[in-house]
Formats: sequence, structure tokens, C-alpha cells
Amino acid sequence: MIEIKNLKKSFIDGESTTEVLKGIDFKAKSGEFIAIMGRSGAGKSTLLYQMSLLDEPTSGEIFINEKNMAPLPIEEKTAFRLSELGYVFQDYALLPELTALENVALPLLMQNFPEKIAYEKAIEHLTLVGLEKRLNNLPGQLSGGEQQRVSIARAIAHEPKILFADEPTANLDNESSRVIMDIFKKLHAEEGQTIIMVTHEVEFSKFAQRIIHLDDGKIVREETN
Amino acid sequence: MFSSLNIRIGFFLAKRQIRRSSPWTTILIIFVMFFTFLNLVVVSGILVGLIQGAVDAVRTNYTSDVIISSLNNKTYIENSPEVINIIKSIPEVEAFTPRYLDRGTLEANYKTRTNEKDKANTAAASIVGIDPVAENNVTNISKFIVEGEYLAPGDYDQVLIGSFLDKKYLPIDSPGFSTLENIAPGTKIRMSVNGIVREVTIKGIIKAKVDELNMRVFMIDSQFRSMIGRNDYNVAEISIKLKKGADPTVVRDILKQNGVDKIAKVQTYADAQPKFIKDMIDTFALLGNMLSSIGLVVASITIFIVIFINAITRRKFIGILKGIGINESAIEISYILQSFFYAFCGSVIGVIVLYGFLQPFMRVHPIDFTFSDGILVAPFSGTMLRIGLLMITTIIAGFVPARLVVRKNTLDSILGRN
Repeated sequence: MIEIKNLKKSFIDGESTTEVLKGIDFKAKSGEFIAIMGRSGAGKSTLLYQMSLLDEPTSGEIFINEKNMAPLPIEEKTAFRLSELGYVFQDYALLPELTALENVALPLLMQNFPEKIAYEKAIEHLTLVGLEKRLNNLPGQLSGGEQQRVSIARAIAHEPKILFADEPTANLDNESSRVIMDIFKKLHAEEGQTIIMVTHEVEFSKFAQRIIHLDDGKIVREETN
Repeated sequence: MFSSLNIRIGFFLAKRQIRRSSPWTTILIIFVMFFTFLNLVVVSGILVGLIQGAVDAVRTNYTSDVIISSLNNKTYIENSPEVINIIKSIPEVEAFTPRYLDRGTLEANYKTRTNEKDKANTAAASIVGIDPVAENNVTNISKFIVEGEYLAPGDYDQVLIGSFLDKKYLPIDSPGFSTLENIAPGTKIRMSVNGIVREVTIKGIIKAKVDELNMRVFMIDSQFRSMIGRNDYNVAEISIKLKKGADPTVVRDILKQNGVDKIAKVQTYADAQPKFIKDMIDTFALLGNMLSSIGLVVASITIFIVIFINAITRRKFIGILKGIGINESAIEISYILQSFFYAFCGSVIGVIVLYGFLQPFMRVHPIDFTFSDGILVAPFSGTMLRIGLLMITTIIAGFVPARLVVRKNTLDSILGRN
């Protein structure tokens, strides 16, 4: 499903260059639930951003469904993200002027779904994450856990091939975090959703089938649950 | 860029951003656009209206819609009674006023002058013989009486004096121009025309925004005719007022077809305007457009700043939109539509205020400039053109900052990195 070959990412600040990813090779199969772990600064989020096409690697190749993503122009990458990938951000990343329903429906409308169907799908997925009574609330009227559930509904409403999650429980209390992880577990178990999640919490990494440990920009260990 | 899908998403985002943004911010921006619109239309409208007010005053209070005047080499219109018969036969004519006209001299304070060697208090003037009723029907000059009263048909030996002949109203003293001192209604003055001197009483003083009226002395036509020996009833001017909706050029052409142009100048009020007036209108319009252009630049900078600040503060959300796959063009269109909304609302309010209040108000209460009653000239076609310019400028001013922010790296925007 996704294959990464010798992926490198460096940041240049004036005359100094910081190499964050130092040649990552990695494969994920369809339907896998993978957790990426590592200490702060290990390069977990950077790796996720490269895999999810939000950023351009310095070198290396990313294949999704055997298609090399590197040569694609920005517009095609944007279109690919819209139709094939889903994101759950650490800080929910909801649009403040859109209701929960509108936040979820927006990517569907961008995919040219008729308005009625887009809203029906949005309601269906908000119901799936237990927010059927909060459809018309703005993000500011929702708790952190609820906002993250809206974010998940938005990420999965268009049935993406891969769901990327960047520390989805980092800003949540224990109870909300468990609710979020239960949703991921259910998505993986019942829908066969491919999930790649960055986390630094050992407890939640146990929900994944495979754990990849990163340190100093390299994969240092892999575990299977 | 402007695919129906991008427009649909742009509209979706713009609508919600406007609806859920601070109402005070929205009102403030619309307020700015409203004043920009007024600046665009009203500044040039008043500048043009300043001259147009003078032109209108000349038309209303002097030439009327059509004026027949003596040829340059004549002091009167030959065969005037026949011309008047032609005028009477034209159905578009509502009223007309024939005027006898000659140069004369006025002298005041002659009774108090003790030394014959002292300089007499004299003033040169155009003396006009009128039928006061007919004149008032056409030019309504009685409303410009600032002292005393208007002439009545039997007011022999009485005159109306234009304010430019009274030092009180025109306190200048130049070698080539003199005015009468210490005069008021009831004062007796000497009037000399063609060597005939007559003592007359000032019945009233006229002060209008039309110099031709302020420079003249009016007296009853039959009396003036006897003074200048015009027993043939040939007049020097005939002002013709037309019925509402009648076209002055049509009446002018009818008069010409009847041969009136062979014995007199036949002009519409527009023909009779001196060229410098037309030049002044063009100049003021140009000046107004230049000032409006500055207003347009200010408006575009305002919108640029508003949209730029909006886009910069929402940079993270723009990054998120791009991150979840929303097309850049759709995001840009949302900002274009927001700019359009502000300009549209400002313009609509502006049009309502302009045509519903400002223009009618200024028609009734013109600005009292020294040489004209300034009105607001804002033809609808010109206003629409300015609205179009405002829209285009605003849309560009909204698009550019949006484009600058949208083009930034998606991840940098999401993470707030520079």
C-alpha cells in the first residue's frame, strides 16, 4: 500500500543544515494499523508529513499503491490527499467558522458530491464517532475530545485508503483519549482501515499491530503486537 | 481557476466566514466601502455640480430653454412682432418674455453732491425693459429680490437694480468698474440712456447666482421703449420657456425653419453657454475623476490590508484547508467573494443614500457657493461605471493578499512556521 525508500529530510537554517530523517525505508500493507513512536525530536511527525504528502522530502521515494508520488505536481498531490488520504491532527485543525457537520462535509463537497449526499455521509460519520447530537455546533462549542472526534469523522468520511494521525490524543485527557483510540480500533477492526499513527504514549501504541521506533531520524526497532 | 466546483466551495467558505465573523468588523468594512463609494461619486459630482448649478441657474433664470437674441451687428431683433407670432404658434412653448436692452448710466447721490467738481457716483449698466409678469413667468426672478419688491405692471419710473451695481453687495473699487453707494429701495437715481435722462426710484434689488441679472437694471418695457425710441416694438432678446418634456433643440429648429435665424441668433440654453463653461465642466469632471482615483487607491489599499490581515491570521486554517485537499483556487475565490461582498454592500448602501437622500436633498438645499448653487451631479450610468471600477479594484485587492498567503507551503502554514 505504502512504501518509502531511503527517505531523507533536512531543514536549512542559514548556513546550518539539520538532518531530521536520515534515510528511512518502510512498508505498510493495506489494512495495517501502525504506530510510530520515539522520543521528542526523533522525526516521527516529520516522517508522517512526508508519507502523507503534506511536505516534500529532501530525497527518497514514496510509493502509494505502487505509484511514485515524488514527481506529482502540487495540484495532483492536493487532489490525491483529498480523495485517498485522511488526516487527524494533534490540535484537531477544525475550521472555526464551520459547524461540526460543515467541517466534515467540506472535503466531500470538494470531491463534487451532491450537497445532499455529502451531508448524509457527514451525518453518518459523525454518528459513528458519537456526535449525532452535536452536528450544528461550532468547534468552539465542543470539548477537546469532541473536536478530535469531528476531526476523525472528517478524515474518514470520504473513506480514505490511508488514515494518518499525528499524536491524536496529545491534547486530551485520559478518558477522551481512550474514546479516540477506541474509535481507531473499531475503524481498523471493523472497516479494515489502514492507519498510521504517531504517538509517544506507550499505552496507545498497543492498539496498533506494528510499532516502529524512531530515533535520531532512523528506524531503530520494529515491534509487532 | 474559476471552475464551477471551485466557485461552489469558494462560496461555501466565504458565506460562512462572513456570517460567522464579528458583525462589527463586517459593518466597519462595509462602512469603509460605503464612504469610498461616496468619495468616488460625490466628490466629482459636487465639483461638476458646482458648475452645473451655475449652468442651471443661467438656464432657469436668464436664457430659459431657448433664447433668441439680436445678431452681433444689430442691437435689436428685426421684425420682432412677427417672431413673437411664430413663438406663439409653437405648441411646445409654455411662456416667453421679450426684453428691450440698451446700455445706460446710473447716477446716485447727486442731490447730496455739493461740489460740481467732485466725481459723480455713477455706474454703467445694461438697462432692460421687461413685462414684469411675463418675465417672472419665464425666469422667476422675483424670488431673487433681496431688498424692496418686484416690479408690478404699472410701476413707471421705478426700477430693479442688480446687486453688482450696489457697493453694499460688491464692495470693490477698480478704475474700470464702479458701483452705486448708499442706495436702497426708495432711493432716487438718475438713469441716462441714449442721452435721455430720467429720475427713477429703486423699487428693489436683485441678487442672483447669474451675473447677467446682477449687472442689469430692470424697468417696465413700455417706459423703456419710449426712452430708447423703439416704437417698432423690436426687442433685443426673447427667452422662451418650454413645456415639461419638450426638447429645446426641436423648438430651436422650428424657429430656424421659419427663418428666425436670418434676423436673430436662435440658441438653446446649451448653445448659449460660453465655451469656457463647457471647458470648466470638463476640467472639474477630470479633477473629480483624479480625486476619485485617489479614493479608489485608498479603497484598494484598505481592502488589501483587511483581506491580508484576515488571510494572515487565518493562515493556519488556510493550511488546513489545503492539507485536507481543498483546491487553492477555491480558497482564493472565497476571499474574492468576500471582497466582492464588502464592495457590493458598500455600493448598494451608497446608491440608496445617494439617490434616496443626498441628491434629492441637495436639489432642494444646494450648497451656497458664491457663484452658484452647487448641486450633486451623479448620472446613473456614471455611477454604475464607478461601482464597476470599485468592484474590480476591490476584487483585485482581495485576490492578491489571498494569493500571497495561499501560495505559502501547506505544512508551514499549518504549523505556523515562517
